[in-house]
Amino acid sequence: MAGTFSGARADEPLRPIANMFDPLSKPAEMIHDASIITLIICAIIFLIVTGMLVYVTVKYRSRGEIDERKEPPQIYGSSQIELAWTVIPIIITVVLILITTRTIGEIQDHPVPKDAVHIRVIGHQWWWEIHYQKPGAKPDEWVTDFTIANEIHVPVNKHTEITLESADVLHSFWVAQLNGKTDLIPGLKNHTWIEPRATGVFFGNCAEYCGTQHANMQLKVVVQTQADYDAWVLAQKTPPPAPTTAEAIAGKKVFYANSCVNCHKVDGTPAAGVFGPDLTHLATRLTIGAGIAKNNEDSLRTWMHDPATLKPGVLMPNMQLTDKEVDEVVAYLMTLK
Amino acid sequence: MAHGSTALSKEYIEVAPSSPGQEKGSLTRIVQKMVFTVDHKVLGLMYIGSGLFFFVIAGIMAALIRIQLAVPNNHFLEPDVFNRFFTMHGTAMVFIVGMPIIFGFANYLVPIMIGARDMAYPRMNAFGFWMFFFSGFLLYASYFAGPGLYNAGSAPDVGWFAYSPLTSRAFSRGHSSDYWTLALFSGGIGSIATAINLIVTTVSLRCKGMTLGRMPLFVWTFLVVAFLVIIAMPPLAACQIMLLLDRYLGAAFFDTQNGGSAILWQHFFWIFGHPEVYILILPGFAIMNEIVPVFSRKPIFGYPIMVAANLMIAFISLGVWAHHMFTVGMSSVGNAFFAITTMLVAVPTGIKIFNWLGTMHGGKIRLELPMLFCIMFLFQFLIAGLTGIMLAVAPFDWQLSDSYFVVAHFHYVLIGGLLFTIFAGIYYWYPKAFGRMLDNKLGHLHFWLFTIGFHVTFFPQHISGFLGMPRRYYTYDAGRGWDLWNLISTIGVLFQALGVFFFVLNLVWSYWKGRKAGDDPWDAWTLEWATTSPPPDYNFEHLPVVHSRRPLWDLKHPDDPDWKYE
Repeated sequence: MAGTFSGARADEPLRPIANMFDPLSKPAEMIHDASIITLIICAIIFLIVTGMLVYVTVKYRSRGEIDERKEPPQIYGSSQIELAWTVIPIIITVVLILITTRTIGEIQDHPVPKDAVHIRVIGHQWWWEIHYQKPGAKPDEWVTDFTIANEIHVPVNKHTEITLESADVLHSFWVAQLNGKTDLIPGLKNHTWIEPRATGVFFGNCAEYCGTQHANMQLKVVVQTQADYDAWVLAQKTPPPAPTTAEAIAGKKVFYANSCVNCHKVDGTPAAGVFGPDLTHLATRLTIGAGIAKNNEDSLRTWMHDPATLKPGVLMPNMQLTDKEVDEVVAYLMTLK
Repeated sequence: MAHGSTALSKEYIEVAPSSPGQEKGSLTRIVQKMVFTVDHKVLGLMYIGSGLFFFVIAGIMAALIRIQLAVPNNHFLEPDVFNRFFTMHGTAMVFIVGMPIIFGFANYLVPIMIGARDMAYPRMNAFGFWMFFFSGFLLYASYFAGPGLYNAGSAPDVGWFAYSPLTSRAFSRGHSSDYWTLALFSGGIGSIATAINLIVTTVSLRCKGMTLGRMPLFVWTFLVVAFLVIIAMPPLAACQIMLLLDRYLGAAFFDTQNGGSAILWQHFFWIFGHPEVYILILPGFAIMNEIVPVFSRKPIFGYPIMVAANLMIAFISLGVWAHHMFTVGMSSVGNAFFAITTMLVAVPTGIKIFNWLGTMHGGKIRLELPMLFCIMFLFQFLIAGLTGIMLAVAPFDWQLSDSYFVVAHFHYVLIGGLLFTIFAGIYYWYPKAFGRMLDNKLGHLHFWLFTIGFHVTFFPQHISGFLGMPRRYYTYDAGRGWDLWNLISTIGVLFQALGVFFFVLNLVWSYWKGRKAGDDPWDAWTLEWATTSPPPDYNFEHLPVVHSRRPLWDLKHPDDPDWKYE
């Protein structure tokens, strides 16, 4: 997964196992605590009731021939016993209700600190558009600082407030080690938050069925130290350098001569499309196609020939480029750092 | 075991003469009988038979889904083909497998159990069946007719709950979503007709002496189910009509770009969908309520509280729907409300499980096939109930929702719960319907293979859910910790498929070669065992008169009848 993954990010461990019982973020830890208590209670109930089932089945099974004249004593019920097994579940339920409501409140109504990082995540079929809020802007008046796609960078040990929206159908934002999932709903703004405890590249997924490529709408959350994060932000806000090699310059020409710019955006150039992912710093990303392949020249070349060979059903059309044009465009894209 | 049955039948009824048209005849005669019949028993068997037919088709789809997911980055199925399979599998299993089979049991058994000659409205009964049957074929017809004039789309690929706006014309081209909508809409009309019929039959046609307090719990449970159907189906029909208006007449109920609401669909759907879960599982309870006492040789423990638990479950189930929506961003108060109501369901459900255990306690448990399936039901439904409690803890649900854990949970409910009791019911009542016992050896093969296969398939899905695998993924990358669990899961399918094979083989083989059953092979206590196997068209020559909940117990034990104690 190394690829063009450069700079400070090489230190951050990949965390591909999205194990909800290995939480590394404050809300995920709060969920984890409630989950463990629930699991223990359920395990105890399971053992007791299974024990009862095995006991009555073994003890009261009829052995040998059936003699219908010897029916067992006919018992029709017992109010006391039935009352007992009504009251005990009620008590257990009340305990669970208290745990649940408390945790709901703690997570959902958690205050947003003043120094929180604010980002907007917009779901598309089948990729993630991510906007960063300009520092100092009021949270309710959105001013975009810069945009990226399919990769979120956040500082460690700091509250990141995430606004979730959708451009088309339902999606769901789920990075299990950082928080539970929240849906992205067209026409609504949802909110979630994370406060990671450790650096690393966390693997997230779309968790609400959203059509053909639902399975390949992956997300990476890169948690960095504050210094690394600040450096990354600065780099994101700097437009990529102009291409220098002849091939890349030719590639840039092909890029602007075709309809690429209708959908894609590259800062500092006339390309300002909004229907597809922002490509300004494409070459610094881990993967392409929302996680469909590692980001390297080979997979970019395959993608440029026909995106559907990698990702059947993808909305980007085959641009019908010649092999030479593909090589040139790939050379140009690799300069977008 | 067919002891005393002759004496019994003489007591209750004269041995019924076979009526004209009953003798085995030509194919035309059989087809004519099936098409024109208004006999609740024939309709009941047709419900169950066609439900099992669709079950096999939808089961094959599930097997193909599991093959695709056996290894990471598999290319066995295209993504769209996969998405259609899981949509059709889910839709079919709920609407044209689960529903008809439970209605089949109700149709066949409710009139006989209450000592009636037929349902209250026999023609409406046939109408209900044919609506369902039509809807099943309409749904599958989408595979070749769904592309429509646009030549886009095929079978529905929007998931069985068809969340908007994926169903809008912008995202669902062709007619696949229309086939989904219209098939379920017409099936729903049939379900409502059948539910009305069941209620009227139960209320009006009980034989002499059968007060509500003496009604078999099976009938009680189906009375509750019928009310739930009448309450739950109309919201589904309403939102399906709204969806059609959206798609073809420019309404904007769910069109978010015209001020519609994507969440509205979810509320409508789950106001139907959650009671639907209980519509499907309560019949499982109904079958348990008949089989567990007979094979424990004791009356059901706590009859009144079992009735009350049914009513409580039905009532609470109408107020829990948004627990399917904990992740849509409801307020903390909303989330807490639905978490609390959902947990309350655990109380009456717990009562039922304990009362079944209480019924077995102190009995003489005959471990025959119907009872084996019922004991496994108790074990599996316990797991399903406990994972249900985990899902009700809303913060836990934020992690578990839409993951493979949910897939495991509802398969434990619908297979481990409902399907196991359906199997139990078929082993129990097949002798009544066809006059022959199902084969014991084939039955044991079926039981063990299916039980093992079921757990091997679905238990690992709890774990892949814990490890963050979302549902409805046609593929996944290696290295996410999901490979092993998916492989195990797929291996389990082989066992399940073999189990189902032996089951179908048993159904067919025993029809001709099975041991003769006699009228009352299990030494049971409810009225269906007081008539011949199979029962005559009119069920009873003389309508029975009952004095207790177990009329046949009273006859077999005149020295110690039930009515002394009730």
